[in-house]
Amino acid sequence: MFSLDTIVQGLLLGGLYALFAAGLSLVFGIMRLVNLAHGDLIVLGAYLILGLGTVTGMNPFVAALIAMPLMFGLGWLLQTRLLNRVLGEDILPPLLVTFGLSVVIQNGLLAAFTADSRKLAAGPVESASVAIGPVHMGVMPVLTLATAVAVILGLNLLFYRTALGRAFRATSDDAVTAQLMGIRPQRIFAMATGIALVVAAIAALYLGTRANFDPSIGPARLLYAFEAVIIGGLGSLWGTLAGGVVIGLAQTMGAAVNPEWQILAGHVAFVLILMVRPRGLFPRAID
Amino acid sequence: MSEPILSVSGLTAHYGDFQALFGVDVALEQGEVVAIIGANGAGKTTLMRAITGIARVSAGRVRLDGRDITGTPAPDILMAGIAMVPEGRRLFPSLSVEENLLIGAHARRIQGHWNLESVYRLFPVLRERRDHPGTALSGGQQQMVAIGRALMSNPRVLLCDELSLGLAPVVIREIYAAFPEIRASGASIVVIEQDVSQALKVADYVHCMMEGRITLSGRPAELSRDAIHDAYFGATH
Repeated sequence: MFSLDTIVQGLLLGGLYALFAAGLSLVFGIMRLVNLAHGDLIVLGAYLILGLGTVTGMNPFVAALIAMPLMFGLGWLLQTRLLNRVLGEDILPPLLVTFGLSVVIQNGLLAAFTADSRKLAAGPVESASVAIGPVHMGVMPVLTLATAVAVILGLNLLFYRTALGRAFRATSDDAVTAQLMGIRPQRIFAMATGIALVVAAIAALYLGTRANFDPSIGPARLLYAFEAVIIGGLGSLWGTLAGGVVIGLAQTMGAAVNPEWQILAGHVAFVLILMVRPRGLFPRAID
Repeated sequence: MSEPILSVSGLTAHYGDFQALFGVDVALEQGEVVAIIGANGAGKTTLMRAITGIARVSAGRVRLDGRDITGTPAPDILMAGIAMVPEGRRLFPSLSVEENLLIGAHARRIQGHWNLESVYRLFPVLRERRDHPGTALSGGQQQMVAIGRALMSNPRVLLCDELSLGLAPVVIREIYAAFPEIRASGASIVVIEQDVSQALKVADYVHCMMEGRITLSGRPAELSRDAIHDAYFGATH
């Protein structure tokens, strides 16, 4: 019913959604914070890469490397100056603050860059393709999925193999007892948001080279990212990758039947999976 | 007399609107074990939480080696050398036994008697179960992890809150058997106990608390059973 080509394209698109979602998943996993501005921060990252490229003439890949530490700094400041102040027992204040942040970022970008669509020009690689058997794949989509797998793998290593990852998990389990170990939760949270925005910068690179973007597209990216996180199971990074792939496959398959169904098919897949597995595909044992 | 390593003077603390501590004085000499006994709700745990910076202090002073550490945030108190084995053990469920131990040395990494190897020597059963989730262990083994985790920071003062809670007598004895080595490593210890006979056995000095006040203090040999009974439950026979 669906050609092999459709399925492969869906998998590759899933890589992009997994990149959108990885930062969201990380932040939620550590501090139970749903960052409603995550999509807008990705778009902000795309404009940052665009701006760096415009000013210096750099290729977007090089500009993204410079944007990554800048985004880390932004994440650190955002967490220490703003989000740490509203984190607490009540989950509503952080939701409201990140919602407000989303509006502020969109309007800030609108004022600075206008509503015109932009795109990151990566050069000939954009139209290059490789053929494996009967399937032709664009080099950029393959690179996107490969990057997504690498990012998830990297985050997992960080989480489960390093002292910082141990502190992340301990703080997520029990922030009060973590303080008795000399851990400063607010600093851990700042580190987590910094890392999430580094991943957002990577997502921004592939978002901006793949298609046009403008200041208003953040919330839709957030929605895909959010669905990927929920499908995968809250707090599971590999689950987030799987969730991204599910959305990507569903969208591509939907589009193969009728191009108007692309977006809808992704949302329908989300609802269907939640009906069968309300806690997602790979829920963490402890919540 | 030399300066006590830990001294608490006139400590007052609230638990919401409820006053939990009324001017408590406790001193811990270098190398000593001090036990604080008392019934549920006597304020023992609030006292520990106030010393470690988790509960806010309304009035009074906490000094470590003469240095005022009142109101210092919890992570800084650990860095200064006070480690706590919290009530209910509070192991991190996402961490393995070994990771729970390692996190104890996450911030305060100083060379000393205690490291993974010496903790495993103290509690050999933990070595066998090092890769299990901390919370998959029996209560006694979890308590050993919690003690080991606190020791990993090579603390100068070790606070133990209700080590015997919910454990069988044979397991309690096994855990207190670790105390001589902990003392020999140079740590001074405060234990909170509901098990009075255990407290009298292990401590150099005992304070009894009731309703947020110290009602009786002395060396175990100096305290009669009746005096302890009165201080513990109130003298209203």
